[in-house]
Amino acid sequence: MPEKKIRVLIAKPGLDGHDRGAKVIARALRDAGMEVIYTGLRQTPEMIASAAVQEDVDVIGLSILSGAHNTICPQLMNLLHDKGMTDVTVLVGGIIPEADIAPLKKAGITEIFLPGTSTQDIIEFIHKRVTH
Amino acid sequence: MSEESKGTTQTAPPADASSAHRKPSAKERAWEKNTLRPTLEKNPERQSEFTTISGYPIRRLYTQADLPNWDSDRGRGYPGEPRYTGGIHSTMHRGRLWTMRQFAGFGAAEDTNQRFRYLLAQGQTGLSTAFDLPTLMGYDSDHALSEGEVGKCGVAISSLADMEVLFDKIPLANVTTSMTINSPAAVIWAMYLAVAEKQGADWRKLSGTLQNDILKEYIAQKEYIYPPEPSMRLVIDTFEFGVNNTPKFNPISISGYHIREAGSTAIQELAFTLRDGLEYVEWGMRRGLDLDQFVPQLSFFFNAHSDFFEEIAKYRAARRIWHKAMVERYGSKNPRAWALRFHTQTAGCSLTAQQPYNNVVRTALQALAAVLGGTQSLHTNSLDEAWALPTEFAATIALRTQQIIAHETGVTNTVDPFGGSYFVETLTNEIERGAWDYIDRIDAMGGMVAAIERSYPQREIAEASYRYQMALDKKEKIMVGVNDFVSEEKPLDTLQIDESVAHRQAERLSKLRTARSKEEVTRRLNALRTAAEGKDNLMPFILDAVKSYATLGEICDAMRDVFGTYEEVAIT
Repeated sequence: MPEKKIRVLIAKPGLDGHDRGAKVIARALRDAGMEVIYTGLRQTPEMIASAAVQEDVDVIGLSILSGAHNTICPQLMNLLHDKGMTDVTVLVGGIIPEADIAPLKKAGITEIFLPGTSTQDIIEFIHKRVTH
Repeated sequence: MSEESKGTTQTAPPADASSAHRKPSAKERAWEKNTLRPTLEKNPERQSEFTTISGYPIRRLYTQADLPNWDSDRGRGYPGEPRYTGGIHSTMHRGRLWTMRQFAGFGAAEDTNQRFRYLLAQGQTGLSTAFDLPTLMGYDSDHALSEGEVGKCGVAISSLADMEVLFDKIPLANVTTSMTINSPAAVIWAMYLAVAEKQGADWRKLSGTLQNDILKEYIAQKEYIYPPEPSMRLVIDTFEFGVNNTPKFNPISISGYHIREAGSTAIQELAFTLRDGLEYVEWGMRRGLDLDQFVPQLSFFFNAHSDFFEEIAKYRAARRIWHKAMVERYGSKNPRAWALRFHTQTAGCSLTAQQPYNNVVRTALQALAAVLGGTQSLHTNSLDEAWALPTEFAATIALRTQQIIAHETGVTNTVDPFGGSYFVETLTNEIERGAWDYIDRIDAMGGMVAAIERSYPQREIAEASYRYQMALDKKEKIMVGVNDFVSEEKPLDTLQIDESVAHRQAERLSKLRTARSKEEVTRRLNALRTAAEGKDNLMPFILDAVKSYATLGEICDAMRDVFGTYEEVAIT
């Protein structure tokens, strides 16, 4: 039996349409052998949580550049909790001020990747974190 | 979808494309044999191939052999005349410096009004407005989807009342004003025109620019509301209204900036932008507008990225392509329609969050390329913009950077200083050819709207952006402070926008909704809805609605009812 592929949901929450990063990450993870589902633009936390449950993903990757992370991330974590999805790895990539990192992690975000992170670092992080 | 995205693309010709037909002189051949070869045998070059930041191959040396039969009179021409290679004015920056136009907007209208007045006091010569995401998407600040986004990426404008505060004590008759707004552009423009009217300004004398470029939203920035057809109708409505009412105002800024920021190459930026321009021209002509009357009001907006010569060649090629298209494709008789006028912004995507003070240097070099490429107007990014909207301190350095280029470096003393350089002339020719190849391909697809619907430009850009990220990951391309020359630095003090802006906006909106005449608002929104179902120009209806203090969200909703909304096919 081949090893089960790691399943990742890449999501772009909020009103922002700058999807360069989300698309690059989606493709890099796919090229690294993961099963990647890209939600497309303007996903509400409800839509992302439902998609995560439905697709039974191991990892959710959120791309947020707009400054709305302090609103979006806690909402999503609450919804995931309500849906019983407590073991999913939630990663945030984008522009997150230093001061917001600790509160976001406290809210349940597993890791935050800032601008300039190589795709290889993200791939390695996911492999270490999610072992089938 | 992943299979298709792996298809090969033809962004750049093979490395030897330009050298295949070269006939080097005897002297050049002798140099190769006697001087170059022994050197290469002893000291090989640092890389096997040298390419621009776009991945375009660059030769070791450019000589007369790269420009066979070239002479300056025909190949380059003269500034202010076709082919406009060196610039659209005969005296360029000797006659008039470019407009220093710093993009600004954050928080509520009063916050941005204060920044505008500060920038004008510092010697800035034009205004440029950044709107927040709810405004860009046609939602009021108190809409559920606006939560967490109010005033964050720009200023929150939900009604004429906000616009009155935004331009308070700024005489719109004298200050040229640019507004970066696309899908709801007609509505925001109507608010601007209404404020100008209240100030007693003559619309015919107003000068400024509306971004209003919906095609690049589908291609790159993705802030669209309606499907392409009705969106294009709205754009052409503003052209028509502009020709008749605001002859000095640019109703559109056809933008390559966002295409480049999304990861395109320089050639793609140029080609997709100019093909967008041709699309607008063709839709305008189909409306029955006179080409030679409306095209002079169209303006362009390009990126200034880090590859110095590639950018200069790009601007030079842009002017040649536009002139050729206007004259040969459409038979334009008005020289004002042939001259491509453009604004430039330095590349936001080149800014690094790491060692942010290095961004001052990047921005200065990029701005220099824009000036040497003959820009009409320029925005220089602030050093802290990889983190946040700029602080006043950072925005001031960015403006000073332009002033230093203008007044200290001497680069404005002569027109087109790189004209005649074997390298720059060759690169200009090659970029021009590369862009035409793309334009021909999009023509064959049936135009830009058709190409967008089959995700062609989106896919080409995604491919180029992935290629660049892989080059960074492999250190084939270097970003100082990111994948090399890394060091630790203290975090910057950045501008923070808190949720108090959203609360202020919500209160203001609720007061506005009680104070205005509900009947009048409903009547005018219904009139707009009915007009949208027909073929009339919507600008007068939008103006009417705006003046009754119908909100941005209400007006956009009225059109959503008729036009529907657009969802893209997500490609990765």
